[in-house]
Amino acid sequence: MNLRAVRAIYAQEMGRFFRTVTQSLVAPVLSTSLYFVVFGAAIGGRIEEVEGVSYGAFIVPGLIMLSVITQGISNASFGIYFPKFVGTIFEVLSAPVSFLEAVLGYVGAAATKSFLIGLIILATSWFFVDLSIAHPVAMLAFLVLTCVSFSLLGFIIGIWAGNFEQLQLVPLLIVTPLVFLGGSFYSVSMLPGIWQTVALFNPVVYLISGFRWSFFGLADVPVGISLLAIAAFTTACLAVVWWIFRTGWRLRR
Amino acid sequence: MAPILSIRDLRKTYDNGFEALKGVSLDIQPGEILALLGPNGAGKTTLISAVCGITRITSGTATVAGHDVQRDWRQARELIGLVPQEISLESFEKVRRTVAFSRGLFGKPRDDAAVERVLRQLSLWDKRDSTAMQLSGGMKRRVLIAKALVHEPRVLFLDEPTAGVDVELRRDMWRVVDELRREGVTIILTTHYIEEAEAIADRVAVISRGRILLVEDKDSLMRRMGRKVLHVALQQPLVAIPADLARFGLALDDGGRRLTYSYDTKAERTGIATLLAALAECGIAVADLDTEASSLEEIFVGLVHGDDAEGEAAP
Ligand SMILES: Nc1ncnc2c1ncn2[C@@H]1O[C@H](COP(=O)(O)OP(=O)(O)OP(=O)(O)O)[C@@H](O)[C@H]1O
Ligand SMILES: [Mg+2]
Repeated sequence: MNLRAVRAIYAQEMGRFFRTVTQSLVAPVLSTSLYFVVFGAAIGGRIEEVEGVSYGAFIVPGLIMLSVITQGISNASFGIYFPKFVGTIFEVLSAPVSFLEAVLGYVGAAATKSFLIGLIILATSWFFVDLSIAHPVAMLAFLVLTCVSFSLLGFIIGIWAGNFEQLQLVPLLIVTPLVFLGGSFYSVSMLPGIWQTVALFNPVVYLISGFRWSFFGLADVPVGISLLAIAAFTTACLAVVWWIFRTGWRLRR
Repeated sequence: MAPILSIRDLRKTYDNGFEALKGVSLDIQPGEILALLGPNGAGKTTLISAVCGITRITSGTATVAGHDVQRDWRQARELIGLVPQEISLESFEKVRRTVAFSRGLFGKPRDDAAVERVLRQLSLWDKRDSTAMQLSGGMKRRVLIAKALVHEPRVLFLDEPTAGVDVELRRDMWRVVDELRREGVTIILTTHYIEEAEAIADRVAVISRGRILLVEDKDSLMRRMGRKVLHVALQQPLVAIPADLARFGLALDDGGRRLTYSYDTKAERTGIATLLAALAECGIAVADLDTEASSLEEIFVGLVHGDDAEGEAAP
């Protein structure tokens, strides 16, 4: 195992993050604040409480997930697409670095970045609402798993993408709708009849539900199922990554 | 001595069905400098990419110091440094960091002194804190060389290291190659500049259309092909070569105004003095003299041209 290579890739990717640290952090903080203003103030005025939790606090887990998922995907997909695009990937391909080591470096860095952003958003939320975290360990576990699995997904997208449009396509067409409809801003139980059933086909619902459970102890679906869902998703991503590794797909010509 | 790089019947067919390498075999001895010459699209970069792990090998083998590049890829790649043809660098990364990054990728412990050494060797130390974006094209190429050298490879691939580089930098590059040669690094370099191959290579390989046409010791190649030609411009045109001059094997052209005499530069006696004396004896007045050496370039052009003609005849 070439751990030094993993460290080198990880450090390089984190370096990119810290070079633009203001951008990297200001954007999520700003958008979170906006969500609070828009959703918290506007809607919160009408829906004061959801299942005994103030609406402002209720949307925090969803907001964190929203950012962590989009950031994980964009960081990881860009992180591997960029070297492919400018050609610097040749160095990783010609170095004694296995695919697993490259994945650890790139996905590890992307997951770390989105994890940091998640924490920052959590901290920002404290300025707006009173928050208590019922199950901190579970909260961190959900957060880390989400960061890792969506960074893996981003990595796969970055390898698959042949141009910038494709790089944006999957997040735009699939992930963003799923995340927005994933119950960030409402409880699934608030949806009218049939839509409750439809929502259950959205994997993000399970994530947000589980994550919300770790804050307030209430969930749309049993927390065990949430855990199972994210484990299954992570496994699926790992399987695809493994397949890419076996075939050298789209990396080596 | 066992070759440090041994390529056996290497074939590469790209996904679009194009066969870029059609069974290349090549052995390179430790410490040797091999110039790989060939026209655009000959397969030079493909060959290098296949050995370095950038493209998948369709069939055949390549070993570096006995390590198969496909089976024992890790051990094989640890020994290889690669300077690619295209300049590709992270624009916002500082020179020092990007060089240190390469060292890390190859699993070597962090060593600031090693980074400094290679940066100084390539006259980049002043630029250590510049970002790639702030460097000129020639400097970027040096950074790529620094990145390829910082993990102390035993085999270095230089894919057109002096393309688009000014004369001074080219000399600089040759100096670096010379230093590396003294350290015992094996170098495979591709180039379009024949004089570059003449200046620094020990052996020359010519590749065209995915096949190696020739591999030969540079000196023996030069000797074999090292014929010079003497053109003698005449004041008065000749109708035919006088019988007295037959032994020189002259050719008459330019409407009888020019005699051409070829001779071996390495021979004890070139016969030029005798020829001139014989001309004077025959009363032929000489207007001007001019010599021409056959260079690697001509050999190269001749070979590739022949190959092209063949390719057209039987595509
Ligand atoms: N990814 C690819 N897919 C299909 N064909 C390719 C690919 N890369 C290269 N080729 C083809 O393979 C042949 C050899 O290309 P290669 O880059 O090895 O040539 P080269 O000898 O390095 O040329 P140059 O002197 O221009 O650098 C060319 O005909 C090229 O068009
Ligand atoms: Mg080339």
